[in-house]
Amino acid sequence: MTAASTTVSAAPKRRLRDRLPVVHQVRQSVGLQRGMLVAGLVMMGVFILTSFLAPLLAPYGFAQRKVDGVAFGTQQPPSIEHPFGTTVGGYDVLSRVIWGTQTAIIVIVVAVLLSIFIGVALGLYSGYFGGWLDRVLVVVCDAIYAFPSLLLAIVLSIVISGGQSDLWGGVLAAAGSITVVFIPQYFRVIRAETVRIKAEAYVESAKVLGASNTRVVFKHVLRNATRTLPLIITLNSSEAILTMAALGFLGFGIEPTAAAEWGYDLNKAQSDVTSGIWWTALFPGLAIVFTVLGITLVGESLNDLADPRLRGRRRVAKAAGQVAETSVVPGGTLVAGPGGLAGLEDGETFDEHGIEVKP
Amino acid sequence: MSTVDTLSTAEGPASARPATKSQGGGFARYLLVRFLLIFPTIFILVTLVFFLMRTTGDPITAAQGGRLSPEALAELRAAAGYDRPLLIQYLEYLSRIAVFDFGSTLTTNRPVIDVLLTYGPATFELVFYSLIIAFAVGIPLGLAAAYYRDKAPDAFFRVLAIFWYAVPIFFAGLLLKLVFAVWLKWLPVAGRASVGAELQMQALPNKTGFYTIDAIMTGNPAVLGDVLSHVVLPGIALGLLTAGIFLRLVRTNVIGTLSTDYVDAARSRGVAESRLLRKHAYRPALIPIITVIGLQIALLLAGAVLTETTFEWKGLGFALAEFLESRDFVAVQGIVVLLAIIVALTNFIVDIIAAFIDPRVRF
Repeated sequence: MTAASTTVSAAPKRRLRDRLPVVHQVRQSVGLQRGMLVAGLVMMGVFILTSFLAPLLAPYGFAQRKVDGVAFGTQQPPSIEHPFGTTVGGYDVLSRVIWGTQTAIIVIVVAVLLSIFIGVALGLYSGYFGGWLDRVLVVVCDAIYAFPSLLLAIVLSIVISGGQSDLWGGVLAAAGSITVVFIPQYFRVIRAETVRIKAEAYVESAKVLGASNTRVVFKHVLRNATRTLPLIITLNSSEAILTMAALGFLGFGIEPTAAAEWGYDLNKAQSDVTSGIWWTALFPGLAIVFTVLGITLVGESLNDLADPRLRGRRRVAKAAGQVAETSVVPGGTLVAGPGGLAGLEDGETFDEHGIEVKP
Repeated sequence: MSTVDTLSTAEGPASARPATKSQGGGFARYLLVRFLLIFPTIFILVTLVFFLMRTTGDPITAAQGGRLSPEALAELRAAAGYDRPLLIQYLEYLSRIAVFDFGSTLTTNRPVIDVLLTYGPATFELVFYSLIIAFAVGIPLGLAAAYYRDKAPDAFFRVLAIFWYAVPIFFAGLLLKLVFAVWLKWLPVAGRASVGAELQMQALPNKTGFYTIDAIMTGNPAVLGDVLSHVVLPGIALGLLTAGIFLRLVRTNVIGTLSTDYVDAARSRGVAESRLLRKHAYRPALIPIITVIGLQIALLLAGAVLTETTFEWKGLGFALAEFLESRDFVAVQGIVVLLAIIVALTNFIVDIIAAFIDPRVRF
């Protein structure tokens, strides 16, 4: 274990091309795996581009109901002026689908940044210093982890916005409620890595040399504990979109005049469906599916490439880097329940770097 | 087929109980420790939810705010005890939860436990049927994906699983409704039963609230058919999400067991491939699968909230959404806490089953 990690840190710097997180995986992947990864990346690219180009792409504003003083009309079927039709509130469906990408991106960024900062900080502290706070945090995080995240998100969005919202209120409510649900995931991973790294020889030598705790934690532990983060970030991003859409669908969405939000549009489309109006539900829904699908394809591929049990057989030896610590996508990899699964996979718990692969 | 497999495996060790009895002490100890672990989990969630909900103010102001004069509001708050220190209220809340008193709803003034008894069976029924669909679809496809690893069927099933995960449950529900209920008119749009069937079941002297059971008790096949036709779409919407998870789970674990020595040994002895897959590779893979299913209960309940809203399925999730709408946060808090208890209990039961099947879990 020790020998393996010292080789990693002592190895000469790899070329930039190999060190970029996703590029490396694309090169490592083969066949189907590569197809899924590339397809996911393309979809993510389309999503991000759309959000940046929304002002150019969208024919109307997200809160616009009339052009040149003439109202769009409500529930109009798709036409040349409105390729995706109009909603029951008289908005242009296509425009709201396009503008919705911006809201989605903001929520992802805010939610992921917040949960990374808090989760990583808590995980580092808990893993490095231990003590009673560590024990309390572990129990609390396990409790939150086992609880239906949507319910927690509902409670939190009541707390944060009181249920009704402008753009930032709504974004913060959605992002904040997602954050609390995600923190345990980052906490678990970082804590486990920290506990492992703490026992490494280089940490000990740094301490012997008189390095302060702060220096050891940030310079030695943090740098080595973050390798699984890109993977969790990807998977959490898709979950963030789904949670925001679910909140919107349950009526905790962002007001249509403040921002375009797909979940809100689907909520309003519910009664349309019963009367056979399909365009108000179909397009916002497809936007969610497209975005989540893209992100999940990337996340799943990264996960498979990192998991020694699932990696394509041919290039196993070349694989380097990430540890499959994720229990993020439900059922993605083996997850230990509260009862624990330790010892179930004899011989499979160490990857080629001698890093323990255990949730 | 697959459900039968699951059942027989779950019951297998139970019938072999005398064999495990020699280590009964270890199991009893595990049972006790695991049971005691339920309480901190519930305690933490109750505490968390209580203080979070109170940071916004008291429930009466939230429900009546703006509609009443400040004096009338203060009177109501005092009557309900919301003007006392938060800590006192918290301790009182805890002591009431300990005797299963979850408070009364503000809007309808019914005990929350009553709401559970009225709406609980509906949610249970929905989750039950969707689990059947999830097992029936997820496990065979997962086995096939593992067997054809890295070949075309595997690719197809895996993308399918990711797709099921990516489609929000309410969107899937709306699409199913649109196609099969509105356009094709094969199945009912929403609800748990049509009015006529519901009336017949209401007339039963000892009705259970589980419509399937009630329908059977009416002895009228038309009623049963009506109830079952209502469950198809919601069951599929919730079931497919879970089926995708099971598919991936089965695939990952069976790939693990397929590469073990004893599978190679069995293959070299000439055991048929299908038997190899079903018995040698699938059975050992089942234990981690059962444990993870416990964790899926949380996801299923969250999914049930969305499914019920989509299909006007009058279960706990539907009630929760209604109370959210009317800003009745006492009821919301009560239901959330109840669901937390249900999740904790389910995880306990699943862990016990897993420990029962596999002694290694117990240490």
